[in-house]
Amino acid sequence: MDGAHDMGGAKGFGPVVPEPNEPVFHGDWERRAFALTVAMARPGGWNIDMSRFARENRPPEDYLSKSYFQIWLAGLETLMIERGLVTREEIEAGKVLSPPKPGVTPIAPTEVTPAIRRGGPTEREAKRPAMFAVGETVRMKDIHPVTHTRLPQYVRGHLGTIELNHGCHVFPDTNSLGKGEDPQWLYTVRFDGPELWGKDADPTLSVSVDAWESYLERV
Amino acid sequence: MSDHDHDHHDHHHHHDHDHSELSETELRVRALESILTEKGYVDPASLDLLIDLYEKKIGPRNGVRVVAKAWSDPAYRERLMKDATAAIAELDYSGRQGEHMVVVENTPEQHNMVVCTLCSCYPHPVLGLPPVWYKSAPYRSRAVSDPRGVLKDFGVTLSDTTKIRVWDSTAEIRYLVLPMRPEGTEGWSAEQLAELVTRDSMIGTGLPKQPGETA
Repeated sequence: MDGAHDMGGAKGFGPVVPEPNEPVFHGDWERRAFALTVAMARPGGWNIDMSRFARENRPPEDYLSKSYFQIWLAGLETLMIERGLVTREEIEAGKVLSPPKPGVTPIAPTEVTPAIRRGGPTEREAKRPAMFAVGETVRMKDIHPVTHTRLPQYVRGHLGTIELNHGCHVFPDTNSLGKGEDPQWLYTVRFDGPELWGKDADPTLSVSVDAWESYLERV
Repeated sequence: MSDHDHDHHDHHHHHDHDHSELSETELRVRALESILTEKGYVDPASLDLLIDLYEKKIGPRNGVRVVAKAWSDPAYRERLMKDATAAIAELDYSGRQGEHMVVVENTPEQHNMVVCTLCSCYPHPVLGLPPVWYKSAPYRSRAVSDPRGVLKDFGVTLSDTTKIRVWDSTAEIRYLVLPMRPEGTEGWSAEQLAELVTRDSMIGTGLPKQPGETA
């Protein structure tokens, strides 16, 4: 979706402000919100693309006014409510008002380290040959899905060059909707600065995105 | 972003206001954890372990070891550039948000910088969780359109002729920058070299320390 999260090239946000000796978390609630989100994914039955969509699918003023982990918290609440794990009333009341959803098993302490070290690889076996070759010029499709996509607005319609082929990976646009992994070839596509930002752009700049095959068209 | 609820890390002058804002969120998180625990969906001991992992084990010191080894061991550097995931796993770093790694090498001709304009994708096994600025709107919006301006915010100025290559990690490939080994470090051990590697130099928003700059 063309939401507030899709920030590449936006203006007016001001300078980047690094924080010297920044802690991993700012306050205990960030620790717990992070851990709850990570620990609920498997019992809750959602995937990473569903999580991302739950975070970004909100009014721009809401997305832009919440801190990062507040967005995580809001996303987690959405995912759980959608699946009937908790109700909106329970979250607002801050206490249990209905029985738990049956068959939900928490992650045991012994499972934590192995699960993190394993992660969730997204590469899948290729079922068809790659359509594009490294070095080839491609155009990014000008599409505007109302659901989750990983094709940023600032590259749509622009010409780029295939620089790397990463194999076939789970396609977020379908996976976020529970419509299957539909693994597709994934490429790094590189753009010259002026192609993206006009003739006054920094001529030394090039930018790449990682793009699934169905985001690309032949030129 | 509205001034009202601005990310508190960026705006220390709003401390008093943010304090009450935080307390509300804090209460909400606490209540949620007790609901999920009571319903049997989470085990608080698992949450403690997760936090401990990300606070103590998974952090930029891991990436520092990778870079220092690449600087001091040419065969390792070759493996790292060819198959970063496998070479990083040799040092026992793997998993969540680092399943598919690519290392991009800085040279006198080209400087690399990594961003995620859509969210906060970052190579956790080697760098830990991303800093606030990496997840912030200023960085995500400008890294792809004005990377030299962003570098200036970090106090870094590159030659006008250096090519700047920005990697927007829009998929599950995670990028680590291999900075240039500082001059004057001939014969240094990997341990000595590690002292020069900074987190930001592995994102591309900084440069490694020079010999003599280390405390």
